[in-house]
Amino acid sequence: MANIQEKISALCPSATFDESGELLLVNVPDENWHALAKALKEELHFDLLNAVAGVDWKESLGCMYYLTNTETQEMIHVKVATTDRETPRLHTVSDVWAVANYQEREVYDFFGIEFINHPDMRRFFLRNDWVGYPLRKDYDANPELNPLRLEAEENEDDTYALVEDEKGEIKRVDKKVFGPDEYVINVGPQHPSTHGVMRYRAAIDGEVVKKVDVVSGYIHRGIEKLCEDLTYPSMLLYTERMDYMGAHMNRHATCLCIEKALGIEVPHRAEVIRMMMDELMRLSSHLLSYGCLTMDQGATTAFFYGFRERELIYDIFDKTCGARMSMSYDTIGGVVRDVDPEFVNDVRKACDAIEKAIPEYHKLFSGNVIALGRMKDVGTLSLEDAKNYAITGPSGRASGFHCDVRKTQPYSLYNEVEFDEVVYENGDSFDRYMVRMKEMEQSIKILRQCCDMMDKEGHQGEFCAKVPKIIKLPAGHWYQQVEASRGAFGVYLESDGEGKPFQHPYRIHFQSPCFNLVGVVDLTCKDNLIADLITITASLDYVIPDIDR
Amino acid sequence: MEIKSPKIKSIKHEEFKDNEYIDSLVAELNAAGANIVVGKLDQLMQWGHANSLWPFCFGTSCCAIEFMCLGAARYDMARFGFEVARNSPRQSDYIMCQGTITYRMAPALVRLYEQMAEPKYVIACGGCTVSGGPFKKSYCVVKGVDEIIPVDVYMPGCPPRPEAMFYGLMQLQRKIKASKFFGGHNRKEARAKFFEAKAAAEKDSALRAEHMRLAEESKAPVLER
Repeated sequence: MANIQEKISALCPSATFDESGELLLVNVPDENWHALAKALKEELHFDLLNAVAGVDWKESLGCMYYLTNTETQEMIHVKVATTDRETPRLHTVSDVWAVANYQEREVYDFFGIEFINHPDMRRFFLRNDWVGYPLRKDYDANPELNPLRLEAEENEDDTYALVEDEKGEIKRVDKKVFGPDEYVINVGPQHPSTHGVMRYRAAIDGEVVKKVDVVSGYIHRGIEKLCEDLTYPSMLLYTERMDYMGAHMNRHATCLCIEKALGIEVPHRAEVIRMMMDELMRLSSHLLSYGCLTMDQGATTAFFYGFRERELIYDIFDKTCGARMSMSYDTIGGVVRDVDPEFVNDVRKACDAIEKAIPEYHKLFSGNVIALGRMKDVGTLSLEDAKNYAITGPSGRASGFHCDVRKTQPYSLYNEVEFDEVVYENGDSFDRYMVRMKEMEQSIKILRQCCDMMDKEGHQGEFCAKVPKIIKLPAGHWYQQVEASRGAFGVYLESDGEGKPFQHPYRIHFQSPCFNLVGVVDLTCKDNLIADLITITASLDYVIPDIDR
Repeated sequence: MEIKSPKIKSIKHEEFKDNEYIDSLVAELNAAGANIVVGKLDQLMQWGHANSLWPFCFGTSCCAIEFMCLGAARYDMARFGFEVARNSPRQSDYIMCQGTITYRMAPALVRLYEQMAEPKYVIACGGCTVSGGPFKKSYCVVKGVDEIIPVDVYMPGCPPRPEAMFYGLMQLQRKIKASKFFGGHNRKEARAKFFEAKAAAEKDSALRAEHMRLAEESKAPVLER
């Protein structure tokens, strides 16, 4: 770490450092930030931008950038802030890390920070006639300011950019998203094949897609703001309603983050249970993704096969957690209650059943000529683009990106079990599909090892550590990543250490993998047929409430 | 002729929890009286209609996944005639709102509802559509779809189990059986009343001007157009 610190101070003398937290914090003034970002990527190889979290520190507004060097897995984070609250402006890094494009639009939407040289400053989640910036601490929540409007948005084609010239003067340039001679097709927000309420506007030439504009926010529920009014244990319920197909993992990540802040050691047995739940969830998610991908391409029969095995997993959740979905099972310090006495047997049976069913899935769909024709060499994502757009999870690994958090930054007990990271090379729709199919086999492998661990631990025992009744975190901020079903899910948690008698999170930001996935829709669909847009988005397999939060 | 309480094959009348509501609908129909020919025709239409309800999938979040389970092999809603999930509002009988409706989505939902052909029904599936659910305090969530469209059946749960969804769908079948297809109760009129009341509250120009004035006075920055 000291080495990196020296290198950064050589690159940017005005940077200050703070090593008291879990990661090295670099404070950079805004005017040096863009140059430093370029150097960080090109010279120090911090090529993955994990998360951008906007924060309102009351005296200043700014962003936290979490960066990873994908070769050495070193992580640092950079704080860039401005004290101007009237017209807050920062420099964009969307030309350095492409993923920052949408991330910065999110920050603009929530905090009103405008990014200089950003190509497209539009709101991302909220209506363009929204008044105020909801995540600011001085946000006026008066419902009369933003009533429920039943008329459609106007001028949704308008956007602007702040352009800085060589002298440092900033000019506002108004732009249009689509040109006057572009033929634009609207897909969504209510479309059976967008997996929820996503809306695309695609400019087409004949049948070939030229550009896709993503309009998100149709299921934006303001979870991050809602969490700020709740205590830590009660806020956990929202984590499962973002990516409901990665409910256990999301909750696991948030619990890990709070445990890290509190310094709680989770009992070994509780970690095994959590890990088993994570892997069951992953199986369930990949089965759903198989079902949906096949159905989107017209193979409705295959959908029923995927759902047949999912019911087995639902039964296990139902018995132990008491619900089929929205399980609310992980808690700070462990899990809520002990597992069902039949749990391990049920898991073994489900593993056997799914293992037997996987060849059947392949027989039904994988070798199909139509399926191959529609998926092979369609929607190719290169390794550089995957890193640049921070595409993790199965979609990233299909492009040859070694990004499995279970391997790169092992959490829980993943370094105690044996499994392979599934990596493909072509990065087309077919590879993304195959990665998921192969990962199911690996999940079964992990589950079987966990079952053996559970046998050693005993069917009854410790399932939760001793946790104080009222949870209070010291001042500071933490970041925790886990491998959710669709990629690296990160939680940024900031506490001000105050609050009596109950403490609420000062700021919580969920870095969802699907948010990044939707960023490559334009890139992957370009020059493909409009019908392939459905295949490509199905193979990317995002969950919309996870994007919108 | 006298109209009797609706019977459906799947569950006995006594096993439903809120029979008073259906009974009150039946009593209302009987009070108005029914012609014997039209009454018989009505029964035939209701029988056919109640047993071939086609849903319009309007899945925004978690509940949609449970709805997919409902369509899959174990629960198999085709047994009850809720068979073909339609993707076009013009081909469907009822809209099942699954998941939170946000301010941005609300205009689209109303538009889709208006595109559906009569007779049409609405089911609010899940806590979010019933009342806003866990997101009730959010700044951009509609606190229950009944704020924007009239709802026939409420299904609580987060998400409701498939069994609960069946219960709700059967309630809808019963409600259809206790209604008149020809003449009598005018659905269009009732619906028009609902929307008129909403519009009066919504588009009151004085109120709107007040909103704009508040927006200008507020410290929150107003987006430049």
